[in-house]
Amino acid sequence: MRSITIGESTFSCQPDETVLDTLLRENVKVSYGCRQGLCQACMMRSLDTPPPVSAQSGLKDTLQKQKYFLACVCHPEQDMTIALPNQQGSSVEAVVVKKQRLTPDIVHLVLEYQAPFEFFAGQFVNLKRTDGLIRSYSIANIPHHKNTLEFHIRRLPNGQFSSWVYDELELGAQLSVSEAQGSCHYLPGRAEQPLLLIGTGSGLAPLYGIIADALAQEHSGPIHLFHGSRDVNGLYMIDEMRELAGKFANVHYTSCLSGEESDSGHVRGRAHDVALSSIETLNGWRVFLCGHPEMVNQTKKMAFMKGASMADIYTDAFHVMQENK
Amino acid sequence: MSDTQETTSSPSLYEKLGGEAAVNAAVDIFYRKVLGDYRINRFFDNSDMEKQAAKQKAFLTMAFGGPNNYNGQDMRNAHAHLVKMGLNASHFDIVMEHLGATLTELNVPQELIAQAAAIAESTRNDVLGK
Repeated sequence: MRSITIGESTFSCQPDETVLDTLLRENVKVSYGCRQGLCQACMMRSLDTPPPVSAQSGLKDTLQKQKYFLACVCHPEQDMTIALPNQQGSSVEAVVVKKQRLTPDIVHLVLEYQAPFEFFAGQFVNLKRTDGLIRSYSIANIPHHKNTLEFHIRRLPNGQFSSWVYDELELGAQLSVSEAQGSCHYLPGRAEQPLLLIGTGSGLAPLYGIIADALAQEHSGPIHLFHGSRDVNGLYMIDEMRELAGKFANVHYTSCLSGEESDSGHVRGRAHDVALSSIETLNGWRVFLCGHPEMVNQTKKMAFMKGASMADIYTDAFHVMQENK
Repeated sequence: MSDTQETTSSPSLYEKLGGEAAVNAAVDIFYRKVLGDYRINRFFDNSDMEKQAAKQKAFLTMAFGGPNNYNGQDMRNAHAHLVKMGLNASHFDIVMEHLGATLTELNVPQELIAQAAAIAESTRNDVLGK
């Protein structure tokens, strides 16, 4: 008999029971639907042992890698410690080691952490201020020996957290960092696959991390990045991206401006329109979409209709926290 | 599913079609056809495409004769809001066409397509709330 641990509680999974059966029998509140491994309503995550492969069928490869599984078809092969979808893991403390203005609206923030911390470039974390104010930001770098996390933080009008980062946060200050979340990141394998990455505004942050990851893992297929903004102040790291495209023959970078102004060196139009009209078919491509929720949802559908497989589309929509002031 | 499965008889429809791998191959093609058809796409235009695709996968698994917990009442409840939106027999027919076209595109023999179509057809009254 296998045991299932959630937080402080441990339950015995009877022979023939699925993880979902056990949790329901023990009156643990969990959401579920079809009970046959299809609707994904009962998706949860193993914190220690890899779940049985059969319980991960149909999940996105990035979620499989992060040990997510479907409780309704999971017959545990070993004892498992699991987390429900809304359960946060432990957070780590980090210190501000760099803060640099990239444009009038975007700041490059670098935090250094001490405790072991696992993440994929492109995932996001919740940053928590000492008074408890929390905002989510995407990680723009790959894990390396320096134990740092990089973020591109855009100052929003009346944005409580972003304005504070911009105006007040000082080097040496401490922030609490949640565990890394999200399924929008690179996985090795299929190195020849063409990649399409489309981002608006600070959606460049996760895409920059994903490209760095792909290159570090020797992705050999073409990598097409389209970065868009309404005005030129929203475009940033232009020189770095051009340099990257110059250094790696398979990296292609297009900056797009959708607003009124025209500026030489940038393509006129919305990034996803420019991107999709430049590519005949997305059959066989891997697609990453980050930034404005409307852009992400619209482009996800367009990319799918243009031939990308649903399993090959990775998205991260930046929802802006509604503030009351 | 275990009590109806016979181990000695000839392969099931699901096995002949290629099992889960076949469903996975079919789901993108089928969902793309449905989303691309202006006559019916308003019934499928959900902001959460992954969830929609998972539902299409459940439907195809059932039509392929695969393991399923088909329940007529659940099917009625799940489609009741679509019936209110005007879902009728003509829309069901169009979905059936796309199912057939998807399987044809995957080079499934006609007699197996007919069997899958017959299973899908059996859900008609529940889907339409008749």
